Amino acid sequence: MSKKKKQQALIRSVPFMLPSFVGMIIFSLLPIVISIFISLTDWNGLDKLNLNTLSQHFVGLENYINILTTSEFWKVLGHTLYYIVLYIPLVFLASLGIAVILNKNMKGITAFRVMYYIPVLTSWVAASLIWKWVLSPQYGIFNQLLSYIGVRGPSWLTSEVWAMPAIVLASVWKDMGFFGLFLLSGLKMIDTTYYEAARVDGAGKIRQFFSITLPLLTPSIFFCMIMSLINAFQLFPQVMIMTEGGPNGATQVMVERIYTYGFKYFKMGYASAYSWLLFVIIFVLTVIQMKGQKGWVHYES
Amino acid sequence: MNRKVWQNVRFYTVACLISVIVMIPFFWMVSTSLKSKGALMALPIEWIPAEPTLDAYEKVFSRFPFLRAMLNSLFITFSYTFITVLSASMAAFAFTKIRFPGAGAVLNIYLASMMIPTQVTLIPLFVIMNRLGLINTYPSVILPAMFRAFGIFMLVQQMRSIPDDFIEAARIDGASMFRIFRTVVLPLCGSSIATLTITTFMESWNDYLWPLLMLTDKNKMTLTLALNSLNGQYGTEYNVLMAGSLISMIPIVIVYICAQKHFRQGVMAGGVKS
Repeated sequence: MSKKKKQQALIRSVPFMLPSFVGMIIFSLLPIVISIFISLTDWNGLDKLNLNTLSQHFVGLENYINILTTSEFWKVLGHTLYYIVLYIPLVFLASLGIAVILNKNMKGITAFRVMYYIPVLTSWVAASLIWKWVLSPQYGIFNQLLSYIGVRGPSWLTSEVWAMPAIVLASVWKDMGFFGLFLLSGLKMIDTTYYEAARVDGAGKIRQFFSITLPLLTPSIFFCMIMSLINAFQLFPQVMIMTEGGPNGATQVMVERIYTYGFKYFKMGYASAYSWLLFVIIFVLTVIQMKGQKGWVHYES
Repeated sequence: MNRKVWQNVRFYTVACLISVIVMIPFFWMVSTSLKSKGALMALPIEWIPAEPTLDAYEKVFSRFPFLRAMLNSLFITFSYTFITVLSASMAAFAFTKIRFPGAGAVLNIYLASMMIPTQVTLIPLFVIMNRLGLINTYPSVILPAMFRAFGIFMLVQQMRSIPDDFIEAARIDGASMFRIFRTVVLPLCGSSIATLTITTFMESWNDYLWPLLMLTDKNKMTLTLALNSLNGQYGTEYNVLMAGSLISMIPIVIVYICAQKHFRQGVMAGGVKS
C-alpha cells in the first residue's frame, strides 16, 4: 500500500473503530493499569484517587505477601479445590448423559432439549433462591425426597460440611444443560461411517462408545474442562446468595473475598491484589491445559 | 421390532428421568409461589398447595416496584445488547475490510484483554464510574457494552469469510463505507449477529455483580437486583421470593423458545468464551 492509501484507510476506519476503542481504553485498559497500582497500596477507597493518593498509600508488594502468608488464602483455595473435585466429575457425567440422550433422533426431542436448557437461562439470583428453598432442612423438598428412601438429610446450607456440596449440587443442576448442549455439538460432528465400520467389525454399543465416541469427543471435553475450571475459580453469585461465604467461612471463595474486602471492608488494595492472584491462577491453568492437551486430546486430521 | 420398542422405552425412561431432576426445583418454585405464608411451614410438605392463592404475586408488586424493575431490565438489556452488537460489528468491519495500518496489533490488544478476568477491573471501574458521576444511572451498566472483545472476536471470524471482491465491487459503484457496512456486510453476517445478540441478551438480563455495585436506587434496579433485594428484606417468605423468581424467568424463557437455534449456536461459540 502506498502512503496515501494507508492514510486513507486509517481515516476511513476511525468512525468504525471509535466506539470499541474508546470503550477499550475507558472500560478495560485504564482499569487494568489502575488496578495494578491500587494493588500496591493500602488505599481505603475513601480518599480521592489520584497519583498523589496512590504514592501516599504505596506499600509495595505488601498486599500480595500478606495474602499469600495468611492461612485464609489457602483455606479459600482449598474450598475452591473441594468445589472442583465434586463439581467437575458430576457436571461432566450429567452433561455427557444429556448429550448422548439428545443425540438420538426421537420424537419429542425438542421438548427435552428446551427443558434441559431452562436452568441455564435462569439467573443465578433466582436459581440460588430456588435451591435455598429446595434445600431447606425441614420444609424443603430435597430432604423430603431423601426421607422417602429412609435417609435423613443434613441441614445443608447451615452445615460446614454440607454447604459446599449444596452449592455444587445447585451449580451442576444449572450448568449441565449448557455443557450438555456443547458436548452435543461435538457428538454431531463425529462421522457416522466410523460407527458403521465398527458395526461391521462386530463391536458392541459400549465398545463403540469407548473407542469411537469418547476419543473423538475429547476436543469438546477439553473445552468443557477449561471453561468449568475457570468458572470454578470465579464462583460467586450462588455463594453470595445461598451462604454469603458461611457457615463459619466454609464456603468463602476468591471472588466472594474480593467483593467482601473491596466493597464491605473497603480494603481496595488488598482486594485488587487478590484479583491479580486470581488472574495468575486462571492464566496458569489455561496455559497448563493448552500444553497438556497434546497428551490426550484427539483431533481428527 | 421388539428391539425397537425396547430401545424406545429405554430412551424415554432416561430422558424423562433427567427432565424430572431438572424440573423438580421449578415445580417446587411454582407450587410454593401459590401458597400462603402459613402453608409454607405445613408439615408434612404440601407438594401441591391445598389452598392455592395469588397472594404472593400481589405482595411482590406491592412491596417492591417490581414492574418498574422489569421495565428497567428490558431497557438496560435491549440497550446493552444493541450497543454490543453495533460496536462489535463496526470494529470487526474495520479490522477485516478496511485493514487500516496497525489493525493486527490493535486486534491483538483487544483479544489479549479477554485473558483478564472481570474481577480485576471491578474496583477501578467503580472508581471511574464514580468520577464520571454515573453511579446509580443506567449508562453505568450499559456503556461497558461498547467494548466486548468476545463479540468482536466472533464477528471478525465471520467477516473474514466474506470475499473482498464484494467490497471492491461496491466501492467501484461509488458506495460509501457506511453503505457497504450496512447493505453488504451486515446482511451476510446475519447468523453470527443473531447468535451474538441472543448470548448478550441472556448475559445482560441475568447479570448480577456489576449492576449490584452500580444500581442502589430502588427505582433503577433490574429484575435480578429486585429479587436480591426482596431476599434481603423478606428472606423467609419463600412464597414471595418464588413468585418473584418465576416472574423474572418468564421473559428470557419466551425469548429462548422463539430463538432456540441461535441459543444453540451461542453454546458452540461459547466454547471460546467465559
